[in-house]
Formats: sequence, structure tokens, C-alpha cells
Amino acid sequence: MVATAVAIARMRSLFATVMLAGVFSLLSALLFVNLDAVDVAFTEAAVGAGISTVLMLGTLALTSRVERPSSRSPVIPLFVVIATGAMLIYGTLDMPNFGSPDAPAQLHVAPDYFYGTEKDIKLPNVVTAILASYRGFDTLGETAVVFTAGIGVLLLISGLRTRRRRDEDEEEDET
Amino acid sequence: MMQHHLILRVVVKILAPAIILFGLYVQFHGDYSPGGGFQAGVIIAAAFIIYGIVFGLKQAQQVLPGWVVHKLIALGVLIYAGTGIYSMMAGYTFLDYDGLSPAYPTGGQHNGILLVEFGVGVTVTGAMVTIYYAFAGRPPRISDEEW
Repeated sequence: MVATAVAIARMRSLFATVMLAGVFSLLSALLFVNLDAVDVAFTEAAVGAGISTVLMLGTLALTSRVERPSSRSPVIPLFVVIATGAMLIYGTLDMPNFGSPDAPAQLHVAPDYFYGTEKDIKLPNVVTAILASYRGFDTLGETAVVFTAGIGVLLLISGLRTRRRRDEDEEEDET
Repeated sequence: MMQHHLILRVVVKILAPAIILFGLYVQFHGDYSPGGGFQAGVIIAAAFIIYGIVFGLKQAQQVLPGWVVHKLIALGVLIYAGTGIYSMMAGYTFLDYDGLSPAYPTGGQHNGILLVEFGVGVTVTGAMVTIYYAFAGRPPRISDEEW
């Protein structure tokens, strides 16, 4: 994954960059499978590796194919990235071990959900039960977000009203 | 448009129904196995997008016209919110699926989750296909040979 990320950053050809981004998504889907988060992996593989690659290619067809070399020096961005990364790694030192039973995430509401699912809903897939039932309101919000995204793209770039192509492309990336 | 790519065309023709079928499986079996509305919506949308890529936008829009997709986006949210309002009408709180069948709350929960996930799936399919149509519908800058 690190190699892919570095390659993405170094690459000038946008086509190769899009393809590598797809590879990156697929690799992170594998990572999620490793962590037993199959639902998340599923979404990552379908959305990240599938749809967004296609959308990026669609965008690519509307713009140029090669990235313009940037004129600014990369020192400050590099410093920011390294500082943020160091802080994040420092933060993980305080985190409980992976899968530890007394991690805060396992103690707060999770037991309620697990036992409640068994008792009230009787569904084997706890993720679905939490998503659709316990947190139904949140999921309604998420659906509204998807709805808004669709409407937004529709208003911005679909040819609902026929329009002439302008010289400067507005670069909308709704992914 | 695109009379070449014979193998791709045949493969996509065989695959597209299978992808949609798998999407439906993910949609309605989401209670028992990984999956659910979001994933299923994306998979079903992928079937239409792959069809559009290989056969051209025109053909895809003959199968699934743009105005239908636009309606789908809104329809999904309506199904979702409608489920909540139905349970409110039945005297329960918003999105409390026990209200769908008060005599047998577990069954109500099952039905509610199915309905809600179906709404999510419909919206996601609509939104994804809409976004693809919007991007693919614009005249491209790069000619096919340049790839």
C-alpha cells in the first residue's frame, strides 16, 4: 500500500494514477477483510475500486491526460505530512491493543447492541441490525447525503439544459 | 458506436444480468450475510455503468432512461422516510420498526430493515448511475486514440 501511495504521488500520467488509486482501494479492502470488517471491505471494493475509478476516468476524459508539474517547492507540504503522521503514530501508542476486550469501543454501547440484536431483532448480521434499526436515523441521514450528492451532480454538470461547452472546464469531482 | 471490442461486448452481455442478480442477493440477503443497501446499490449501478461503457451511453439510457434514474434517487429516500412515518402512524416512534407488526415485533424489525435497506439501495443506484450519466454525457476532450 505504501509503494502504491508513493507511486501515485510521483506519477505524472493521470491515467496511471487513477489505476493505481484503484489498486490502493483494493489493497485497503483486503486490509479490512483481514480485520474481519467484511461489510466495510465490501463497500470499499465496490465503491473505491469500482465506481470511483470509473468516475475518475470519466473526469479524465473531460480534462487533460498529464498532470502539470507544480512550480512550488515540496518542502512545506512534506513537513506537514510528516508532522501529522508522527502525531497520529504518537496517538496510536495510547490506543488499546487490537481486539482487546476492555477497549472503550467494546465497553460503551456495543454489548447492548450485540445482546439486543440477539434478543429483539434475531438477525445474524449485527452490522445490518445496528445500521438499519438501532441507528436508523443516522442511516436516513446518510441516504439523504447520497440523495444530495446525486442532485448536486445533476444540477452542476448533467445536460438537463443543453449548453455549449466552455473553454475553461469547471472541475467537479464528486466522488 | 464502438463496433469493435467483440469479446468485451459478449462478456458484458453475459455478465451484466449476473451482476444485477448478485446485487439483488446482496440487497435482500444483507440481514444474514455481509452486505446491505449501500453495497447492493453500488453493485447494481456498476452493472449499468459497465453496460454504458461498452455499449455507449445511448444504449444504456435506452435500458434505463435518465429521467427514471432521477426519480429513483428521490424514491429511495421516500421509501426510507415513508417506513418511518408509517411506524409513526401506527403509534410508535419514527423508524421504530416494531410498529410494522405490533403483534410480532421481531418480524416487524425484519420487515422494517428490509424496507429501509431497499430504500437505501434504490437511492444509491440512482445517484451512482446519475453521476455516471452526468460525467459520460459531456463531450470528451480526449479522443479515443490518445489513450
